Amino acid sequence: MSSSSIEYQKKDLPDKIRLAGFALLAAGLLLVIAGYLVNPARAAFNNIIGFSFLVSIAVGSLFYVAIEYLSGAVWSTPFRRIGEFLSSIIYLLPLLLIPLLLNVDKIFHWTHPDPADKTLVGKAPYLNVSFFVIRVIAFIVIWALFHFLIARNSKKQDSKQDSSLTAKNIKISAVFMPFFTLTISFTAIDWLMSLEPHWFSTIFGVYYFSGTVLAALAAATIFIILLNENGYLIKGIHSDSYYSLGALLFAFTNFWAYIAFSQFLLIWYANLPEETFWFLARWEGGWKFISVGLIIVKFLIPYIGLLSQPSKMNPKRLLAMAGVILFAHYYDLYWLVMPNYGKGEIIFSWNEFGFPLLCAGIIILAVFYKSKKENIIPIGDPKLKRGIDFRL
Amino acid sequence: MSDKILYGCAAVFNTPDEITHAAEKVANAGYKKFDVHTPYPVHGMDDAMKLAPSKLGYVALVFGLSGTLGALFTLWWISAVDYPIVIGGKPFFSFPAYIPVMFELTVLSAAIATVLAMLFIFFKLPNNSHPLHGTEYMKKVSSDKYGISIQADDPQFDKEKIKELFETLNAAKIYLIHWDNDELNHKHKILEPKFLAFLFVVALISSGTAYFTLNKLMFMVPFNWMMDQPKQSAQQKSLIFDDGFGMRNPVPGTVARGYLPYQFKGQPDLAGEKLVNPVPISNESLKLGGQKFDIYCSPCHGYHGDGASRLRGQFPNPPSLHSDKVRKWSDGRIFAVITDGQNIMPSYSTQLSVEERWAVINYVRALQRALNAKESDLQ
Repeated sequence: MSSSSIEYQKKDLPDKIRLAGFALLAAGLLLVIAGYLVNPARAAFNNIIGFSFLVSIAVGSLFYVAIEYLSGAVWSTPFRRIGEFLSSIIYLLPLLLIPLLLNVDKIFHWTHPDPADKTLVGKAPYLNVSFFVIRVIAFIVIWALFHFLIARNSKKQDSKQDSSLTAKNIKISAVFMPFFTLTISFTAIDWLMSLEPHWFSTIFGVYYFSGTVLAALAAATIFIILLNENGYLIKGIHSDSYYSLGALLFAFTNFWAYIAFSQFLLIWYANLPEETFWFLARWEGGWKFISVGLIIVKFLIPYIGLLSQPSKMNPKRLLAMAGVILFAHYYDLYWLVMPNYGKGEIIFSWNEFGFPLLCAGIIILAVFYKSKKENIIPIGDPKLKRGIDFRL
Repeated sequence: MSDKILYGCAAVFNTPDEITHAAEKVANAGYKKFDVHTPYPVHGMDDAMKLAPSKLGYVALVFGLSGTLGALFTLWWISAVDYPIVIGGKPFFSFPAYIPVMFELTVLSAAIATVLAMLFIFFKLPNNSHPLHGTEYMKKVSSDKYGISIQADDPQFDKEKIKELFETLNAAKIYLIHWDNDELNHKHKILEPKFLAFLFVVALISSGTAYFTLNKLMFMVPFNWMMDQPKQSAQQKSLIFDDGFGMRNPVPGTVARGYLPYQFKGQPDLAGEKLVNPVPISNESLKLGGQKFDIYCSPCHGYHGDGASRLRGQFPNPPSLHSDKVRKWSDGRIFAVITDGQNIMPSYSTQLSVEERWAVINYVRALQRALNAKESDLQ
């Protein structure tokens, strides 16, 4: 039990994963291009969903890597690379950003405000195209910078096994945290809240954050379970580690429900017309069913599915629940974005399928190519041995 | 020794690995009624002992759910059935408002029920004795040894066989543990009829005293401290007056202090002719008028009296106070509008005193003057 060496045989992922990734990517790309040709405005709205989704996965994963360093967590060390792989999607974000920036005027009403509209004129110092573009690009640069610094030290540790690199990454993570808080909040405000520039909710940044941490954790959980059950991770990982992942998913499911309900309750109670219209747009016509569905998909199913202890330890059930939660985040973003495109009737057709497929392809390929180049396990990390031996 | 009843057979081991191994072996041998005692929690012991997951979680689930449903039922009963009151324009049964209460009650009842169930069902309170207490075995396992004990009421229990098993497992020492006769026949003093009767009497006396003090004694002389007097108090039925009311109306024609009756109700033009502004224009009156105007008039008429207000568009727009009509009105005519209301504007006589109304009129005059200044004002 107490041998200090770690047996790790690096195995490449099977080629069919790459094929699946490319197939998804190609199908998604085809639909996206068709969508942009047929209806550019609608495609751009879908683009926002896809972009925010990938930001959630990428930046949320970086958040988990940083949190692990900051809290000195041991149980998650064997899984940290998955988070690093997923957060490397940050470098691919510009691909989804460019078509959006070309269509800014089609999506955002504040790009061409009515001069008589005092609210929008008052918000113009913040909501104007040039400052918006600067913010968006600056955020991606900040995320990429922190990912580069943290992942470089982590990779170095594989060969050097130097614990001072961990100490360095702890410092970088500490600096990253305030940047993360601000960038993720302002990303939510810029991309999602400013779709309806007259509306405001002070908790909106936290709302997007809660979905972000859920989605990133669910994506990581899916990869961890699939890799570990098929023997690509490392021997000796106990179901107690699954339990920890499940418990975190459960906790953040409750956190999301708490935040989402807080936002709703205050607006519902105060009943001010300048706030309620946002929820009314999501309650009128067919959107009512989408709103009720959100509660079921993002709260009730994961809550009941993850409530008992065995369900968090059973890899199959945990995998299913992580899948539901990941889907629920995309659903949540759809619920946030699409009612701004068309009020009343539900907007759902083939146009909406392009970006989810594209995102899935990007995520799978990012993990595939990263895991080919690097170890899937941080083999030089001094905490790894304790992480594998982790018991509740 | 021989007259004592056997409780079980126990053994101590020197290392945690040995005890985990021993627990596994004992569980595999088919024993059900055995327990392990260690100085600190040993990881993996639940699996080694083949323990089923604790049932305590179900207590939390059942009581948590009853908290949720209990809160929902209570709130529904209170606010939709028994005492329906419109609050904030919401429906009587407004589910979102109940959710925080339901959440809190779920947590509260689940937490309390779990703790109580743990104490009284799983730990069997008030029982506080156990045959293992005070034995040498217990002394060892609570300092530096790891022990396992198999109960005699296990269906497979056989002293010799168990001893053999423990010996093959390299037990450091094997004990036979007997019930203490005192303990076996021990009755909890807390459950003795005498004590229960005592409790009952104490409860009866204290609740009876409280009832008597609060409901009877307080209304007896001299403890009522002259609260009960043979006089007429408000809202009380009167035996003197014919109509039975204790409270009387003032004599017709009574005028309250500081209150002047308004004689021109429904006759605004007459009021415009007869009424004269008694409040001279002064710094003080303009200040008071401005303050009251901003509070009561500006929501509709706007801060400048031009009708550009924050409610514009949500009501029929109020007319400007700068129109020729209003500028030519006498002070008394405006007073009539404030006092009686006009069209959709309600009366402000309860919000503004007579003096304040005149001050507001002075302020309105100042606003009108500001927008339509005379030539002489510029000099």
